[in-house]
Amino acid sequence: MDYGILLMQQILNGLHIGSIYALIALGYTMVYGIVKLINFAHGDIMMVGAYIAFMMITAFNLPLPIAIIISMASCALIGMGIEKVAYKPLRNAPRMWALITAIGVSFFLETLFTILFGASSKPFPTLSLAPIQIGALQISQIMMISIGLSVFLMIALELFIKETKLGKAMRAASEDAKAAALMGISVNKTISIAFAIGSALGAIGGILFAMAYPQIKPLMGVMPGLKAFIAAVLGGIGILPGAMLGGFLLGIIESITKGFLSAFWPDASLWADAILFLILILVLLLKPAGILGKNVREKV
Amino acid sequence: MKNKNKSLIILGSLLLTYLFLMIGLSLGMINSYFSGVIVAILINVIMASSLTLVTGYLGELVLGHAGFMAVGAYTSALITMNLDLSAALEFPIALLCGGAFAAFIGILIGIPALRLRGDYLGIITLGFGEIIRIVLNNLKVTNGAKGLSGIPSYSNFTVTFFVTIVIVTAFYLLIKSRHGRAIIAIRENEIATDCVGICTFYYKTFAFAIAAFFAGIGGGLYAHYLQVLSPSSFGFLNSIEYLIIVVLGGMGSLSGTIIAAIVLGVLNEVLRAFSEYRMLIYSLVLISMMVCKAKGITVGLILDKLGLKNKLKFRGKQNISIGKEG
Repeated sequence: MDYGILLMQQILNGLHIGSIYALIALGYTMVYGIVKLINFAHGDIMMVGAYIAFMMITAFNLPLPIAIIISMASCALIGMGIEKVAYKPLRNAPRMWALITAIGVSFFLETLFTILFGASSKPFPTLSLAPIQIGALQISQIMMISIGLSVFLMIALELFIKETKLGKAMRAASEDAKAAALMGISVNKTISIAFAIGSALGAIGGILFAMAYPQIKPLMGVMPGLKAFIAAVLGGIGILPGAMLGGFLLGIIESITKGFLSAFWPDASLWADAILFLILILVLLLKPAGILGKNVREKV
Repeated sequence: MKNKNKSLIILGSLLLTYLFLMIGLSLGMINSYFSGVIVAILINVIMASSLTLVTGYLGELVLGHAGFMAVGAYTSALITMNLDLSAALEFPIALLCGGAFAAFIGILIGIPALRLRGDYLGIITLGFGEIIRIVLNNLKVTNGAKGLSGIPSYSNFTVTFFVTIVIVTAFYLLIKSRHGRAIIAIRENEIATDCVGICTFYYKTFAFAIAAFFAGIGGGLYAHYLQVLSPSSFGFLNSIEYLIIVVLGGMGSLSGTIIAAIVLGVLNEVLRAFSEYRMLIYSLVLISMMVCKAKGITVGLILDKLGLKNKLKFRGKQNISIGKEG
């Protein structure tokens, strides 16, 4: 077997899964940037998004793009609702308290969907498109749709943050919420919008994830959520391009250890997650604020 | 003198509790299921109070506490399974070795990890915790994902009860000591502590190692209580479970942690009747407890509003958490 081709193939697979991680990581990073909260429920929002799309497709026979839009919109609403009910009352409390509510919300969503849909995994109706052959490389069309859609969304988000008034408000609030409030920015509204956008992106991530491994289950959000969070930290949490970079990097590392290293070392896939965490630890030790993060010196 | 009286009262009430539970057990009023629940709660008390030292008193977020528990559990289980001594001899050896090895791993992890602060320390401990789990999952000695079975059942009610008391007392004394004051000083202001001439790095690693040591002992008790071990019971969610207890107990309060461990343990058992709705109710209780806490709603306040406060003579003590700001 040609190792060069295998490596290329795994890098492509890595870009595919990485684009999904990056989409989810964006939600983590946006929320963290403003409220400094590790939103543990974000992985479950992704699961909710996948389930809503699943319902739209199977129960109402809607085409995929409309299902995606409905799922994004409803996840945005759910995200805002969760923020209002569970996180807003704790905004001035110690940060670890809000962490516990986030975990509570995560448990709640997981159990709710287990009760509603059962714990077993269900096949997700995916597009049956023939893969494209380029030389010896196989590129599935779902992979191209995934990467294209996430890159498009990332560029749109970056433009939104850079150019629009709301985006400016968001950047201001993440830099200094109090000063932003004094300048007439409604911090509450900004936080709501950050949750809405983050959750909508999470929903798309969930749908793309469900299409990649064509099945869904109530606990599907836990591992990708954790990995997307690691991706956000790896790139420098609070920084949008960092989340994208971290996501792609994580996806590539994961698929190379699972798919490429296993050609030389049969146990590689068992150790894949350990390698991932080891890389995270090394990056954090060498660059404590993540790859793109700036080191902020502690002042007295 | 007053202190001496107080500790006598505590000692007396502990002995009374023990006698009461023991009589219940021997008369068959408490069946083996409930004694199992009590042992599980006591192990949770050990785990949560060891995490309180790092999260509550030192003020650092740790998301990989179950990893230390796993190290202790596996070490002590392997020792008792391979050592042919009487139970009275090999169980203490196994527990201490498990604790010591967990402390060693704790120091090994702590030295690089404690350079980071806040959420980043949380993530890095999460990473180390997961690595420990994956290593246990892949080693030959630990029997991989299948886990260990046939561990002798040494952790009965009496042993666990007294080990818990010893550990909690040790924590209490530690916190009152010079080391404990240094640890609390670091939580309040690390830079100021450094300036006073306290070696913050030493005390941070010390707290981390002690917490890991007791978590290892807790793990050893857990192994000899459950008699089977598998790496999946030491995942990220288990670490979170102990963190929940610590935060609900009002970070930086040993008694609060113990009460929270007991309350959550009992809640968990009571909710078992609701089978699949258990976690749903549990999560709602968790969210509403935190929201109430943040809004300053306490049991005392609710009773006061209902006009019951004087009747019950409820002495509601508000948990003031001195956790890190921002």
